[in-house]
Amino acid sequence: MAQTSHGIGGLTYDAKKRAWPAEFNVFLALIILVAIFELIGRIFLGDSFLFNTRTDVSGIFNEARLQIIILQVSIVGIIAIGVTQVIITGGIDLSSGSIVGATAMIAMSFAQVATVNGNPNPKAMFLAQGWTDLPVIVPVLVAVACGMVAGLINGSLIAYTRIPPFIATLGMMITARGIAKWWSKGQPISFPTDSFAAISTGSRPVIIFIALAILFQLILTYTRYGKHCYAIGSNEDAARMSGIKIANHKILVYTIAGILASLAAVVLCSKNLTAQSGMGVMYELDAIAMAVIGGVSLSGGRGSIIGTVIGALIFGVIISGFTFLRLDAYYQEMVKGVIIVGAVVLDQWRQRMRALRA
Amino acid sequence: MSDIVLKTENLTKRYGGVHALEGANFELRKGEHVAIMGDNGAGKSTFVRQITAVEQRTDGKIWFDGKEVNFAGPIAAREAGIETVFQNLALADDLDVPSNLFLGREKVLFNLGPFSILDRRYMRKATEAALVRTAVKIPNLSSTIRHMSGGQRQCVAIARTATFASKLIIMDEPTAALGVQETAQVENIIRTLKQNGEPLILISHNMRQVFDLCDRIVVFRRGKIVANLRKENTDGQDIVAYITGAKTGEAELAAA
Repeated sequence: MAQTSHGIGGLTYDAKKRAWPAEFNVFLALIILVAIFELIGRIFLGDSFLFNTRTDVSGIFNEARLQIIILQVSIVGIIAIGVTQVIITGGIDLSSGSIVGATAMIAMSFAQVATVNGNPNPKAMFLAQGWTDLPVIVPVLVAVACGMVAGLINGSLIAYTRIPPFIATLGMMITARGIAKWWSKGQPISFPTDSFAAISTGSRPVIIFIALAILFQLILTYTRYGKHCYAIGSNEDAARMSGIKIANHKILVYTIAGILASLAAVVLCSKNLTAQSGMGVMYELDAIAMAVIGGVSLSGGRGSIIGTVIGALIFGVIISGFTFLRLDAYYQEMVKGVIIVGAVVLDQWRQRMRALRA
Repeated sequence: MSDIVLKTENLTKRYGGVHALEGANFELRKGEHVAIMGDNGAGKSTFVRQITAVEQRTDGKIWFDGKEVNFAGPIAAREAGIETVFQNLALADDLDVPSNLFLGREKVLFNLGPFSILDRRYMRKATEAALVRTAVKIPNLSSTIRHMSGGQRQCVAIARTATFASKLIIMDEPTAALGVQETAQVENIIRTLKQNGEPLILISHNMRQVFDLCDRIVVFRRGKIVANLRKENTDGQDIVAYITGAKTGEAELAAA
């Protein structure tokens, strides 16, 4: 089985000719990007991007930087896990950022302490009802319920009214942002309980992100749900003729995406110790960008959570890299835009080349 | 009667005032391979669409596997054992061969609703068995359909029908878009099906192919069955005469 392998029916094929996973290319891009920052840093700043150059800290790598790279993308990364599944089925979800905003406001108001510095908590909306100092499970469940409802509406609109996902989720994006502003008249909500604040202490957002990524990668690979995601994304008519219940599946996919967005909201407002109606603006686009950079095809049918995680790391490296090079934050945005478009162009080009060879 | 797999009586389909299919009486016996020929618009595909319940018939009765049937849709027909290889292949390009064979009816290890764990090992084994049974040659089961040639795709679509112990296979112009070699490969598979005694309805425009592969030829013209001939009792010219309408086959039909 060194170079060739026997196929069914006695035909031989070149084992080397098998297309290597797209994730490998994305990983290569990540390494090249890190190398570029490392090189520029060494030449122009006399400092290392990746490695530890300080004598008062032990370790080979600059662990603080590595932590920041992954920590700052882990919240949007959680959203990207859901968005990846939506895109694989051939859809798109523009509402996740607004779901984060609405969920953060609503969940935070169920995570309030009763007294602040001996006075009644001015931010607690449900002080009169006595809904303060609730166990941490309550705001988390409220958040999940919010994301679930939003996702259910998205999915049902797309499955039953047959409007394009772009329009359905655009509507949800605007509506959910409105709900976020209405909930507390646009005022921020602060003073969460200690147990709620504990959700995002230290590197816990990273752990939550990685755990969810692993869970959903396993689901995509090993379950019927995952198989149907790819089937619907690559040929919806074939999937329908094969007896897959397309409507049910789409509703499930958008519901999962909504729940993941609401979990991102929990982590975000727990980390910031406050909820604002403007939270999560543009997160949906960052999440889509992470998926696209990670090799998820916008035409559906191809991609993986692993790819999206690597795409998220590329994002983190770019942000940290620009900070490291002491470049203006404005350049970040510009370069991010170029990279997103470049990733899609590259993907299209790869597809065309493959089609020509076949 | 017991060896009759499929029987239709007075099968009729009208689209408004258009009589696409008029009183088709048809029989298929176990192990028999029957070709359906006819000009474009003669009612061949309409006939098949009524049997597979892709459309609902206007009138007439259908017996399948000994029982009178009224399928609600193509999925019900497939569950009863009628497998169709469509002209536009119903395959998912981004999935590998086993996933396509089991698309929509995956074998699972644990049933957890939509999150049921797939029995990948079983599906791979069953796929290999199906490919051996149909003598389909696919170099690599794990590569996606996207990377395969038209012939290989068609072979996968045909192998799918053999995976689920189907009682009747219907192929709608399976070699229309294929090259010479690929056509030969598909025809070999059809011969294998014949050896295995699996009944087949083949829609084709290819006279040589029909005479090579089928026992009986049914000719449609203007929505009606105009000829029903055993291969031994006819020839290409005869069939062409029926297809073009130069010959009308009321006498032969009565005999058949």
